Amino acid sequence: MNTREPLILGIETSCDETGVGIVRGTTLLANTIASSMDEHARYGGVVPEVAARAHLEAMGPTIRAALAEASVTLDEIDAVAVTSGPGLAGALMVGVGAAKALALSQGVPIYAVNHLVGHVGADLLDTADPLETPTVALLVSGGHTSLLLVRDLVSDVELLGETIDDAAGEAFDKVARVLGLPYPGGPEIDRAAVGGDPKAIRFPRGLTRPKDLVAHRYDFSFSGLKTAVARWVEQRETAGEPVPIADVAASFREAVVDVLVAKAIDACTELGVPRLLLGGGVIANARLREVAAERAEAAGIALRIPPLSLCTDNGAMIAALGAQLVMAGRAPSELGFGADSTLPVTDIQVV
Amino acid sequence: MLLAIDTSTGTSVAIVDRDAVSGELRVLAETGTDDTMRHAEVIGGFIRDALDEAGIAPDRLSGVAAGMGPGPFTGLRVGIAAAHAFALGIARPFVPVPSHDAIAWSRYTAGETGPLQVVTDARRREFAVSEYEGLDEAGLPVRVSGPELAPRDALPEPRGIRFEATVVSAGAVGLVAELAYAAGRLPIAADAPLYLRAPDVTPSAGKRVLQ
Ligand SMILES: [Zn+2]
Repeated sequence: MNTREPLILGIETSCDETGVGIVRGTTLLANTIASSMDEHARYGGVVPEVAARAHLEAMGPTIRAALAEASVTLDEIDAVAVTSGPGLAGALMVGVGAAKALALSQGVPIYAVNHLVGHVGADLLDTADPLETPTVALLVSGGHTSLLLVRDLVSDVELLGETIDDAAGEAFDKVARVLGLPYPGGPEIDRAAVGGDPKAIRFPRGLTRPKDLVAHRYDFSFSGLKTAVARWVEQRETAGEPVPIADVAASFREAVVDVLVAKAIDACTELGVPRLLLGGGVIANARLREVAAERAEAAGIALRIPPLSLCTDNGAMIAALGAQLVMAGRAPSELGFGADSTLPVTDIQVV
Repeated sequence: MLLAIDTSTGTSVAIVDRDAVSGELRVLAETGTDDTMRHAEVIGGFIRDALDEAGIAPDRLSGVAAGMGPGPFTGLRVGIAAAHAFALGIARPFVPVPSHDAIAWSRYTAGETGPLQVVTDARRREFAVSEYEGLDEAGLPVRVSGPELAPRDALPEPRGIRFEATVVSAGAVGLVAELAYAAGRLPIAADAPLYLRAPDVTPSAGKRVLQ
């Protein structure tokens, strides 16, 4: 196997995106994604069985499309990488089954990797100034909201905190529904917030009171915020008053962004790590990127945001992490790994 | 020569062959478990072991057959996903086979005759049911109805024998595929899992917090 610039095919099926990526070392060759988001739109959220069915249908075509995009053939691949977790179990299993068979069909090794660490690995692709460690990483999507301390991508990742209830992306979806906006909520809230006053309503910032900062220093909570927004809107409606959608959307978004960025910057400051990486689909939110950039600059922290196509769930990030493991001389995973919906971030690779 | 996979009950993987001259059917290797919870974990090892036991390199296979269910969805998908990917990997055809056909074929080739009702557990107090009437001149089972769901306490009366299966042999899946190929009858099923049930969806109605 080429261990200096290995050609890796990565498969990602942890949520509603079927992602297949191909990388050579740190060079991105293909990042193909089939999403079942449209099918979930009518239910207002990801339905696990719908996602898993869609993965099975999309897997073969997505692998073919990625190979064509990368202009490589399967017999050139040095290894297969696949998301083992965390994520939706039934969805993950489709990727795991396909990846094992694909690796065996080519007689190449397989690397079972951690989805969250994959988000960090995405930042290594196609960049002139590579990711430096240690770095703090804030990963925000519809499925997870996690703050990591990455001392070394392939050997030392620590979970600083995570959501104790809803993921931030879920909060966007739920509040969008309260405001009568379609799924997915992130872009809808963004649109609705245009012209709104982010200070119009002071919605609660979860887990930021002094006592929370002891037990949940870097954890997040969005379920109270979602309820507060719903209650505020209903009180208006009950009183027969108009609901200022733009103000509600802007104020809600500000509460989410404020707590996400505040905790991430605090982590950098307190741990003495002058680097912050953002990842996950919610990074598409322009206000989040804006506030993160402002506060990172004020605190003297270098902020890194991979291109959006590498922030949302994708197979290229899984391939990128697989390539790092190969280049670090790691042995492949044994064939007996499964789908682990709660795989901890400390398990960068399932061996 | 085919790789065959079925995960509609446990996990079963086989390498099968049909001699083009003599028509002799052979299972060169078959490995599996009736564990219904660990399909994703065991699928890779079983494929590797079956290939090793048969002494066959992947590029000597002429296709990959898979049992398409019915069966519990999560496990069923693992085998189909693996079979799709392996077929893609060796650039050979994927051959879908109804898992009940493999069960019926196994019974008939073991000496059963006449009408046969194949029944498998579909969970939620339901069974999946298919009716067969025998083997045709190509040696393939003739399915006259199903697979379809029936309440556990209201199974249709079988016209002949009822057989309730708890395991599906990948060897039988593969040999049904071989026979269908030899008879020029492929495809015998669509490349779509036999879920028999729409996904469970609870559309969240945006519940009110006050009131
Ligand atoms: Zn993600």
